[in-house]
Amino acid sequence: MINSSIRFLELTGMNWLIPLVNLMAGRNPKAQITELFKVIGVPIAAFAIFLLLWSVAAKSIVTSLGNLPGPTQTWAQFESLVEEHRASREKEAAFYQRQKYRNEKRIAKGKEPKKIRAYTGAPTFFDQIFTSLYTVFFGFFIATAIAIPIGIICGLNTTIYTGLNPLIQIFRPVSPLAWLPIVTMVVSAVYTTDDPLVPKSFITSALTVTLCSLWPTLINTTVGVSSIDRDFINVCRVLQLNWINKIFKVVLPASLPMIFTGLRLSLGVGWMVLIAAEMLAQNPGLGKFVWDEFQNGSSNSLGRILVAVFVIGCIGFLLDRIMLTLQKSVSHDKTQDIR
Amino acid sequence: MSQTYLDISGVSIEFPTPAGPFKALDNVNLKIQKGEFISLIGHSGCGKSTVLNIVAGLYDATQGGVILQGKQVTKPGPDRAVVFQNHSLFPWLTCYDNVRLAVDQVFKKKSKKERHEWTVHNLELVHMGHAMNKRPDEISGGMKQRIGIARALAMEPKVLLMDEPFGALDALTRAHMQDSLMEIQAELNNTVIMITHDVDEAVLLSDKIVMMTNGPAATIGEILTVELERPRDRLVLADDSTYNHYRAEVLRFLHEKHAKKDTKPASKIKTDVKKNNDTNNNNNKAA
Repeated sequence: MINSSIRFLELTGMNWLIPLVNLMAGRNPKAQITELFKVIGVPIAAFAIFLLLWSVAAKSIVTSLGNLPGPTQTWAQFESLVEEHRASREKEAAFYQRQKYRNEKRIAKGKEPKKIRAYTGAPTFFDQIFTSLYTVFFGFFIATAIAIPIGIICGLNTTIYTGLNPLIQIFRPVSPLAWLPIVTMVVSAVYTTDDPLVPKSFITSALTVTLCSLWPTLINTTVGVSSIDRDFINVCRVLQLNWINKIFKVVLPASLPMIFTGLRLSLGVGWMVLIAAEMLAQNPGLGKFVWDEFQNGSSNSLGRILVAVFVIGCIGFLLDRIMLTLQKSVSHDKTQDIR
Repeated sequence: MSQTYLDISGVSIEFPTPAGPFKALDNVNLKIQKGEFISLIGHSGCGKSTVLNIVAGLYDATQGGVILQGKQVTKPGPDRAVVFQNHSLFPWLTCYDNVRLAVDQVFKKKSKKERHEWTVHNLELVHMGHAMNKRPDEISGGMKQRIGIARALAMEPKVLLMDEPFGALDALTRAHMQDSLMEIQAELNNTVIMITHDVDEAVLLSDKIVMMTNGPAATIGEILTVELERPRDRLVLADDSTYNHYRAEVLRFLHEKHAKKDTKPASKIKTDVKKNNDTNNNNNKAA
């Protein structure tokens, strides 16, 4: 039990909790407390110092929107965002309740009930987080669906790789801000329906994420496939595996660790790109939140943007941890130290 | 005289290099009968592996060719199963699945039950029935090589090709593996071509020892027929004069007639297993 929970913590990269588990199991308490201080105490101290420096710096920087908010003001804005979210949810519930009540009265009078209208209040900060996550994963999955097959082909065939490599190298460093106008225009031209399933701004943001985040996966897949042990390929040849079996039974599993390294980098890039894309494409996510607050320019705006900064950072960290866990679980060499 | 089973005739191979073609093998001729155990021995870089790869079909000979049971070898196939030096088991599959992959591929027409039984049978043949559900990284080097042999045997090859199968093992494990291989060979009587660096291994296991000259343009120098009674016992043979005569023959060929002329210290020839002067001790869990 203890050992399996330690293995789980190692796999998920939460090594800092291991001494705590050991401590609860009563294993050498003194050493565990020292270790605990080292892995938890030191980061807490560093964070405290950061907060201190931040509050000191904030006091001395005056912007046109007042002082730069310190930790306490930022926290207050976080609480107010939570409060707004709760209020909005209550309003929504009341809105539906009213419609229901009205319809019940109509039915009681023997009239046809009216169609229930959807609530159209502005999305709250927390709604925007989910929009952002939804958008980034949509873009990331398209990127994956493109990058892995092309990467495998490039890894298996040097001629195709030589042909595509210059294109990859040229497009890889392009900023999302450069792609966005083109993507916007193309989406506007191609995606024309009267009753769109998803808004254009969503497609634009997601495709910009795709364009920027497919490269790490593509390059890592190529390297992973092309560096498969020669002997594995020879085993395929001796067994006369057809190409489908070769790819699904040997090439993919063999290069899976590298593919996941690429996917982890891609998701990181995608999340970073998404905020910029949402700002300009006006997709109702975190990027739009930041932009709207910036345009709004109230005395609370900077504090709210700082809340968004921390939330963006924490979600990015969380996504990276999830990918790290996946990466470790597909690694063939369990002794390897992946960070 | 019985008909030749495997005929390597006039095989030469050239590899393109930036400095022009490099001739690795020149006019290699070898006739092998069914059920014979052949060892290829020679200094490193003399093209032993190249001969094996040509028979396997992994390389194409520039001149000459290989004929197996009257048919020319043009591409790799399971009738010439290869045991690779570094086992080359797929690390994401269990030992059972590694062998089963080969069984599924070769015996597509057999029922699932038959394929399962054949897989288990081969794993038990190499005494690895207990490790079926382990992954390759959970077992020792010797055990991995046993699984590699089981995978090759499961293909029911016409010729079993072994590329220094025990080269990466420590001396004790290697001796153990050699005994196991002799046991299996007594039962199945396969046709085997094995590459080795180890003189004792060659004399102990082989019906014929094929000694190769140094490259470039390496070819067969001498063929020594080992006429020792089977089953062979390494302890009894250690004091046997015929055995020691064969050993001396091979050593003389390698160190007098075809000594490596370059100054590199890395002549990998191991002349005496009993000395145990092997640096490869990282795999000495019991095989």
